[in-house]
Amino acid sequence: MVASNTVWDNVKSFFEEIGDIAYFTGRFFREVFKPPFEFRELLRQCYNMGNRSMLLVGVTGFILGLVFTLQSRPTLMQFGAESWMPSMVSISIVREIGPVIIALICAGRIGSGIGAELGSMRVTEQIDAMEVSGTNPFKFLVVTRIVAATLMLPLLILLGDAIALLGSALVENIKGEVSFLLYFNQVFDSLKFSDLIPATIKSFFFGFAIGLVGCYKGYYCSKGTVGVGEASNAAVVYTSMLLFVIDFIAVFVTDIFFGI
Amino acid sequence: MKLENGIAPILEIKDLKKTFGGNEVLNGFNLELYKGENLVVMGKSGAGKSVMIKCLVGLMRANSGSIKIKDQDITQLRQEDLDILRTHIGFLFQGSALYDSMTVRENLLFPLRRHKKRLQLKEKSETLVREALSNVGLEHTIDLMPAELSGGMQRRVALARALILKPEIILYDEPTTGLDPITSKEIIQLMRNVQDTYDTSSLIITHDVDCARVISNRMILLVDGINYAEGTFPELSNSKDPKVQAFFKN
Repeated sequence: MVASNTVWDNVKSFFEEIGDIAYFTGRFFREVFKPPFEFRELLRQCYNMGNRSMLLVGVTGFILGLVFTLQSRPTLMQFGAESWMPSMVSISIVREIGPVIIALICAGRIGSGIGAELGSMRVTEQIDAMEVSGTNPFKFLVVTRIVAATLMLPLLILLGDAIALLGSALVENIKGEVSFLLYFNQVFDSLKFSDLIPATIKSFFFGFAIGLVGCYKGYYCSKGTVGVGEASNAAVVYTSMLLFVIDFIAVFVTDIFFGI
Repeated sequence: MKLENGIAPILEIKDLKKTFGGNEVLNGFNLELYKGENLVVMGKSGAGKSVMIKCLVGLMRANSGSIKIKDQDITQLRQEDLDILRTHIGFLFQGSALYDSMTVRENLLFPLRRHKKRLQLKEKSETLVREALSNVGLEHTIDLMPAELSGGMQRRVALARALILKPEIILYDEPTTGLDPITSKEIIQLMRNVQDTYDTSSLIITHDVDCARVISNRMILLVDGINYAEGTFPELSNSKDPKVQAFFKN
């Protein structure tokens, strides 16, 4: 009886949370098109999320391309197919691995940052102070962060992809004596818009998910400093799961419209 | 509506009730604040003082009762109208609640950004910020971050921020909590100066008897969610009621 009550409570709180997130998302769409617009704060957030994530994304992308090429090389060599390396790596990175890995990195860097920042603002009554001063904290804090994350993620992913290809080219140059020019010629020969466009569209959704979950968890944080840690942690965990769900849907939709 | 010397209260709470789960925190609380008055609400920790003050500014929704500020029932107002009404109220939070990612200047500019034009404040924003800071004796901290200030200084900057829109009512939530006795006295003196300078009405939530003695014109004791006793500091401190006396011991 107790066990069934606990299960029922968990199911109930799960659906309540889904409802709360849906309401939060609805409120975002209501507020995002309504003036006054907080352009300065939006730019500040874009700078914080974009510029300050570049190094992390760059290093991750570089290592990703490097390792991916190093690991794939022996297998391709067994089949005498090293010449396919640029096209295989570029399609894999641009379509799937780049967006997902960079988005996961950003979920950790950006999502947890938003969750912790808003969470600490909530528990120290800073959000209440904004509300009492007659300013809409949702518009100032939440809308700007979600829009900034949605705009910055595609750019960060493009940057990460480019640097990953550079890392891959470096390995090919050292190990296979392939020139950078030849490598990138092959990359651009094999990449099509139908590879790039769905991946870019998908990355907007990744950014939206990172911003939304981070803001939701932080904005409704409670239980003091423990709650801030929980908000930050939950932002990363929930976002990471959501990214894979979005990725699955994106691949499914891409298959329908472009064919994989 | 009750009148004091023929004047209607600037703030009036009637029969306010608020519960959390099955726990009744406020159970028909009443209050009137008149222009120029310093009203102190005292109560033990967990008596519902902070809940009451949060209901007062719309941060919490009461279960029932009415809250009228300048003749407008805030429980019935649309969000936009509530935001406008809030510009007539300054709120000093218990923990100061300064925006820690902004400098002192930006903290004070924040409420001005949206409401300066509507409130027809003719002075430049920078002038208003410096004036508010100089009234709390902290003009030199204008470019510092909140983390670089002491607890007392943070409280004073928070008061300057609460005053920047020149509100008619100031709500103080435990203004001296967490401060040493000397800084507490400075804050209390500052509250008195503020009232002289800005001609405000103040509602002060506290359990600091010294603060209540110095600042109050009138006091309400909040016990079990209701106004248990009401009067001036001398009247209440000389009361024979043991529950009232419990507040003034030591």
